[in-house]
Parts: sequence; C-alpha cells; structure tokens
Amino acid sequence: MATEFVARGADLELVGIRKEFPGFTAIEDLDLHIPAGEFFALLGPSGCGKTTTLRLVAGLDEPTKGKILIGGKDVTETKAYQRPVNTVFQSYALFPHMSVLENVAFGLKQRKIDDPMTKAQASLDLVELGHLALRRPAQLSGGQQQRVALARALVNRPSLLLLDEPLGALDLKLRRQMQIELKAIQMEVGLTFLHVTHDQEEAMDMADTVAVMNKGRIEQMGSPEKLYDRPKTVFVSKFLGQSNLFVGKVEEENASSISINVAGNKITVPKDRAEKHKGTIAVGVRPEKAFFHEEKPKLGAGHNLIGPGEIIDIRFTGVSNQYLIEIPNVGNVTVFAQNIGKSPVTELGAKVWVSWKVEHAFGLSDLPTNTGTETVTQSITVQ
Amino acid sequence: MAFAAFSHGGGGGKKVAAPVSKGSGKVALLLLLPGLMYLAVFFIAPLFSLIATSLQTMDISSGFPVYNYGFEVSNYVNVVSQYGPQIFRSFFYALIATIAALIISYPLAYFIGVKARRWPLLQGLMLTLVIAPFFISFLLRTFAWKQIFSNESWIVTGLQSIGFLQPDQYLVGTPFMVIFGLTYNFIPFMTLPLYTTLERLDVRYLEAGADLYANPRKTFIKVTLPLSMPGIVSGTLLTFIPIAGDYVNASGLFLGSTETSMLGNVVESKFLKSYEYPTASALSVILMGAILFLVTMYVRKSGTDDLL
Repeated sequence: MATEFVARGADLELVGIRKEFPGFTAIEDLDLHIPAGEFFALLGPSGCGKTTTLRLVAGLDEPTKGKILIGGKDVTETKAYQRPVNTVFQSYALFPHMSVLENVAFGLKQRKIDDPMTKAQASLDLVELGHLALRRPAQLSGGQQQRVALARALVNRPSLLLLDEPLGALDLKLRRQMQIELKAIQMEVGLTFLHVTHDQEEAMDMADTVAVMNKGRIEQMGSPEKLYDRPKTVFVSKFLGQSNLFVGKVEEENASSISINVAGNKITVPKDRAEKHKGTIAVGVRPEKAFFHEEKPKLGAGHNLIGPGEIIDIRFTGVSNQYLIEIPNVGNVTVFAQNIGKSPVTELGAKVWVSWKVEHAFGLSDLPTNTGTETVTQSITVQ
Repeated sequence: MAFAAFSHGGGGGKKVAAPVSKGSGKVALLLLLPGLMYLAVFFIAPLFSLIATSLQTMDISSGFPVYNYGFEVSNYVNVVSQYGPQIFRSFFYALIATIAALIISYPLAYFIGVKARRWPLLQGLMLTLVIAPFFISFLLRTFAWKQIFSNESWIVTGLQSIGFLQPDQYLVGTPFMVIFGLTYNFIPFMTLPLYTTLERLDVRYLEAGADLYANPRKTFIKVTLPLSMPGIVSGTLLTFIPIAGDYVNASGLFLGSTETSMLGNVVESKFLKSYEYPTASALSVILMGAILFLVTMYVRKSGTDDLL
C-alpha cells in the first residue's frame, strides 16, 4: 500500500484521537480533517501536543484511542514504514554515515523504485543542492541540511508531508528564504503539508489553514486572516498576535450589537463578532486597529472610546511605534501607530483617549486569567 | 608559562584555539617527557630485547645449551614449521570466539544502551552485572567452568544420555570447550565498547529510517549497524587481540588439552619449562606481527576512519 508512487496529496482525517503517556494526557479527543493539497499548520506553544499529533500521523507513536485515515484508508494499525507519509524532522535526522545523495535516495531504494540515484539527484537539484550531492551531512550548514531533509522527504512523493518545526534552527534571514521556498515547492508539487510550529508568523504566512492547539485540544481553526481578525478564545487572541482585552458585564443589547461596561466606559461589539451575548464577557481589539487622540474626539456610534489615560511607555520597533497607555480603572492598552511621518504624539506622560471602530472589536468565549505573562497587552478591569 | 599550555583546552567552551605561542611547544614537550620516557624504558627497550633474543644462536659445545646474541633467522623458520598448528589455532579460536562474543554481546549492549535508557537504575544494574565476573579471579572462574563441564557432571552425562555425546566423549579438552571459555572470559571487553557506542545512538535516525519505508530489519542493517561500527571495531579488537595470545583457557590445567594448545601455551612452556628463549621470543614476535598486520587490515577494511 505504501509502495505506490503517488504524485498527488491525500487528505488526512483524525477521528477522536487521544494519546496518553504515563502521568499525563498529551492529546484529548482530537478531530481534524485536512483536505488534499492543503498547507495546514498546527500552531501552539511547546507541550501543547502538536508534535505528538505529528508523530501519531507518521506512525512513530500509537494513539491510545481513535483512528487515523490517510486518503480515506485507515492506517491506525500500520507501522511507520508502511504509511505513505514522510517527515522533515526538527533535527533533520540525516544519516551521518551516508552521503547527501544516499540520504535522499534511501526511501526510493527501500521501495525499490527504478533509478533511485537519478531521482534523488533531481530532488537535490530542486532544492538547489545538486552540487553537494557527494558530501556528508556534517559538512553542510544548517540551512543546507534542512533542504536536504526536505529533498529526502519530497523525493518519495508522499501523500502527506509532515514538517516538524523544520525551520526552528535557522536564523531569521534564512528562515524567511526557506519559508518562501517551502511554500513554492508545496504549490509546485501539490502535496498535502502538515506543518507543526510554535511560530505564529510562520504559520500565518505559509498555511492555508491554521489550527491553534493548546493543552491537547484545538482551540480554533481557520484561515490565518479569519483567526487573526476574529479570535474566539483568550488563548488564540494572545497567541496569534497581540490583543487588548476588556472584561465587563453586558449592560446594553440591541438588534445588532451588545455593549459592556468597563469601569464606566461603554465598549460595544457587534453580535456576530461575539461568542457570548450575556453575562460577563471579554471584548478585545488588536493594537494596530486602535488609535489615540490628544483631545477627546467627537466620534459617532460606530466607535468605541475610552479614556483619558496616560502614555507610560513608547517602544520604537521600526515600522511602528508601540504605545502603552494606562487608563485609570481599566488597565493598560497597547496601541500601534505606523511610522508614516506624522506620528500623533511622542512624549511620555501625555494625556490621551483611545478609540477603535466597533466592527474591529471581538467578543471571546472565555475570560482571561490573571496568570498570563503578557500583562502588557491585556487590560482587565479592577473590580 | 605553564598555564599557556592548558589554555587551549581549558574552559571547555567552543573557543577558537588561540595561536600557539612559542613557549607552549616546549612546555608541551616537557609535559610529554615522562610518558615518552616510560614508553622508551618499558616498551621500546623490551621490544628490542625480545627481537634480539629471538635471533640468538644456541651453543652446545660446553655440554649444556648456552645462548649467544646472533642473527639466527632460522629460529623463525623452525618455529613456523614446528608450531604451525598452534599458530593457526590461536587465530582460528580467536576469530570464532570474537564472533561468538559479538553475537552474544550486541543484543545485550543494545538492550542496556538503547532500550533501558528510560530506566537509568536498570542500566546501571545491568552494566554492573556485565562487569561483576571480574570481581572473581579469572583463573577461578575458568576453573569453575571446568568443574561444571567435568566428565562426571550432569551436563555431560545428560548430553551423553540423549546421544549428543558418545559414551566415551567428554567436553573438557575439546576445541569447543576452549572457545567457550575464551568467549565467556572476554565478553565484557566486547559488551562495554558496544554499549558506549549504542548508548549514544540517536534513535531519531531509526525513526527517520522507519519514516523512509525501511522495515525494522532494514533499518537495523542500513542505519543501526553502520552507526555502531565504532563500537564493533573497538570491541572486536579488544577481544581478538588478547584471545589470540591467551594461554589459560587452552591449557590442559583448565579447559584445554594438548590437542587444543595455542600459541600462548607454547610460549609459556618454552619460556618457563624448557628455557628455549629464542623459540619463545620468535613465537611472541610472530604473534605480535600477525596481530599488527590483521588489525591494520581490519581497521582499513572496515573504513572506520571517519567514524572513529
């Protein structure tokens, strides 16, 4: 079954997967469907179960419960070497006793595919390393090794390619370059990619669909744009970019929106952008969608306005200035202002009001806990 | 000054070696001197003495043999023609015993070094058990085997009763018994180097093998075995060399008989019993030269240069 030489990606389906290790549960009840040919990213902090998920799909570990289907076939009971899946390991795991070319040809030889050396050479050429075919892996740089690992997996034309943080060891510049190359290769060969990463920028940049994983569960899944624009949980709103969160009780409700009261400030969120419409809820806004004003502005009903507050920190990051504004009884709010030559205010201690469009607000299904480390981006009412 | 000699390795960091200063060469030489002197006095000088002895001529004009320094190459010719079977036996037994030790040790070392990684306590216990026989004298242990396999033992009578041995056949004194004893006595020298290599074996390579469609057998042949070559090479050298020169197991006092005597037994009897020093020395030189030649060929052939 694994020996057919497919040239197209297959879809992957995980049904009710659970994985327990002695002492803890790495994955609890995971259901996932990745359509054929998609670039899918599994995003989460370390220890969230994303690498375990990948190992289960590769067949390197067995699930405690549940089924794994690749291209509609149940592969749960099969061993790693029988699955039409290849992995680019985080450590690359290139065989040190073989040349680069032998490494790439390894899988082809095991499956007794004709002319493995020519195919391996072609695959190396694809990643622009054809000239280093006879070297040993130890003689290559990290970035080159990463590309060899990719070539070694791709040459087998697996139905599904698994990427386990393969760019983790590279420096930023090489990383960007590899991200672009990886995406280009995926489009070219049309395989299904399952990419595991803790780098939210990488996931958003490359993937068609991102699943944010936390504590063994998928918190939210969708296109990068959707996840960023409309996070549903506190974890997603913080892990994917930064968020200002406000917690308050819902006090007003009309046909299209609800408003919460945060220490006397009214914050409105459209109903279709809020998970909950009653009780105490958390409402957030992205720092780049918020603005500040030196004088209290006259804004229409389409805006939220809080303040006045005081600028307590300014960080220059190149493309933008990041302002930290302390608003009495509300907390700290972060505002990003683009450096386009007319930055509003730059001095510390200035008295300002913060506003954002109602349509940019989002309501979350859970409430932030105060244990979060990123308190800077989090505004919680002291009640 | 002396600190400069240590500064390169000192600190243990990934520092780039500083350019060697003029003084440090002298310091290094000075530090090497005791070791070099030791080698000169206790290795080079005895080696020359041995070679010189092996070329001595025998003079019996005075009625009893007297050995004089000379250049009697015929000593070597005589030795080879006279003790050919013993020389052959030494290397043949050493080969069989080394292969047997490798076959027994590999799974053991693999279990301790790879499978038992999660349980360091078990690892330590098993390693102790591998070394434990050394706590008891080598001679005693070998003699114990002679008792266990003695002609009246239940093992021998049992084997005779099931027809595996003829009623007048016994184990002690046979090549089997000698090879058994050699294998037993030298197994730790095989297990320990194998363990050291396998303990460092990165199992992620094995996972990569499985991921690339190699079944467990193929993964073992293509990945595990080549990666454990350093351990196999040092283990086989550490067993083969001493076994080829061993004389205890093959001696008639222990597990062997005159039918099984090896090169070491001849050297022992010529040196200690009949005082034929040139013969004994020539045999020793032959043993040394043969081992040196075989080992060189072996290390070259196994291509361990870039693995070691």
